[in-house]
Amino acid sequence: MTKKQLSDLVVKYLFQIAASMTVLIVALIFLFLFKESIPFVRDLGLGALFDVRWEPVSYVKERFGIYPLFLGSLSVTFLATIIAIPFGVIGAVYISEIATPLEREIFKPFVELLAGIPSVVLGFFGMVVLAPIVKAVFHLSSGLNALTGALLLALMAIPTIISISEDALKSVPMSYKQASLALGANKLETIWRVTVPAALSGIIAAIMLGMGRVIGETMTVLMVTGNAPIPTLNPFESVRTMTATIAAEMGEVAFGSVHYSSLFWVGIILLIATFILNMIAQRVLKNYKRRPHG
Amino acid sequence: MVTSSLQSRPAKVKKRMAQDRQPEEPPKTVVKDGKMENEIIQVKHLNFYYGPSQALFDVSMSIPEKRVTALIGPSGCGKSTFIRVLNRMNDIIDNTRVEGKIIINGKDIYQPGTDVVTLRKNVGMVFQKSNPFPKSVYDNVAYGPRLHGLKDRRKLDEVVHRSLERSALWSEVKDRLSDSAMDLSGGQQQRLCVARALAVNPNILLMDEPASALDPRSTTKIEDLIGELRAEYTIVIVTHNMQQAARVSDYTGFFYEGRLIEFNETRKIFTNPDHKQTEDYITGRFG
Repeated sequence: MTKKQLSDLVVKYLFQIAASMTVLIVALIFLFLFKESIPFVRDLGLGALFDVRWEPVSYVKERFGIYPLFLGSLSVTFLATIIAIPFGVIGAVYISEIATPLEREIFKPFVELLAGIPSVVLGFFGMVVLAPIVKAVFHLSSGLNALTGALLLALMAIPTIISISEDALKSVPMSYKQASLALGANKLETIWRVTVPAALSGIIAAIMLGMGRVIGETMTVLMVTGNAPIPTLNPFESVRTMTATIAAEMGEVAFGSVHYSSLFWVGIILLIATFILNMIAQRVLKNYKRRPHG
Repeated sequence: MVTSSLQSRPAKVKKRMAQDRQPEEPPKTVVKDGKMENEIIQVKHLNFYYGPSQALFDVSMSIPEKRVTALIGPSGCGKSTFIRVLNRMNDIIDNTRVEGKIIINGKDIYQPGTDVVTLRKNVGMVFQKSNPFPKSVYDNVAYGPRLHGLKDRRKLDEVVHRSLERSALWSEVKDRLSDSAMDLSGGQQQRLCVARALAVNPNILLMDEPASALDPRSTTKIEDLIGELRAEYTIVIVTHNMQQAARVSDYTGFFYEGRLIEFNETRKIFTNPDHKQTEDYITGRFG
């Protein structure tokens, strides 16, 4: 083997190792999660997870029902998405189709800036500014609830939705728009009847990815949702999400206990949820790219 | 009062008004076989600018009704720019400017307050590259009528049927109306675009090199189609294919470097042109 061939081989393997790293790490995380979650099944059985209460520390009976946590994540994510969709999609339409080049130059850095705000800063803002407003507007006893959390999470989802939707809208060929205008449509009709439908799958993928961001978010919800594991879909109640539960309890739990193991079950369910969401988004995005555009 | 309203007008319009006061040359009447044609489009002293660069220079011509008028000339001569002026499609390009008058059906289409929607309904357009929407065949044709408020399903069916008949596509797609238009062949897509344009009932049809991206057989079909449509529509077709111009058109205009060099009956242009440049282009000496 010549020196050149050897170096080629070495480089190839180095690159392969680097590329395999992500696969390896994901596999290890899965393995670790399952390993740590086994003691719970052994001691209490899988059925204990379907309890309706999450009371991992109790003098009477410890209960590990993930249901209220799941409901908490669900309601916050759902609400946040509902709030984020109009702002995200309409914002993307404006930036890609209506804004003047100057406006675009102004908007885009701000969208990126919004995406870059650390979640703890956003959470702090939520606690100090947003929660009192929510409390006052809806006459509540506390502003720390699902709605406040959802509002903040929407802020985090909006930049994702805007930038991916905008890409989708921009890739709609000019010739479609020209055809529509030549038939006597105005700009708005063209956007509504041609451009948005042609970009729809990209927009849907953008929403799914925004949701993925929201469902995994921890710090903000930990700070502003009140952290009471109440099984409710009422946005004015305090809730606790799966992510917040893990973050709040993992630090204080006795290593190796049933409670410790139960937190890994919360992690597994969360992982499966985000995995499914991402898969749907990828599928939709792939369909979108495969579609002929000429 | 008249003075004050004059002062408030933008410079562009003022210039046009100034031109109006110039003694107008007698309108070139188009005469074919000794008969006067009805002029549906009259273009007077048209100048067109993309930003600082001028693309059309003092173009004046009258396009007769229910005839096929071909515009020929080498690439970049302004013929495409010219037909895009006729339905104001150039409006969507930033920094463009129009001077002069374009009168369609007796109305100056660049007058402030002109309804572009009505204009474009009346002046349909088929583009160089077929551009059906990524929707079904039916929805493509129904797009225009729906846009202009037609909702009744039976009437829509009728319009779609009639438009596809007229564009000689019906027999090929009648069982595929709900298929995606993207699944049609290139030639079918272009005829679908014709059907889509016809569905809003225009008087004038602009075609910007409609067959340049098609194979010879599809090109023949488009040319046959033009032959059939000429009885009902005024057609202005841009083409770089001179044989095509000779085959399909009644009148031909030759553009060169943004100027209309010659405009006359197609037969005359191709057999006995008045200008040396026209002759050189047609005989293939340049272009």
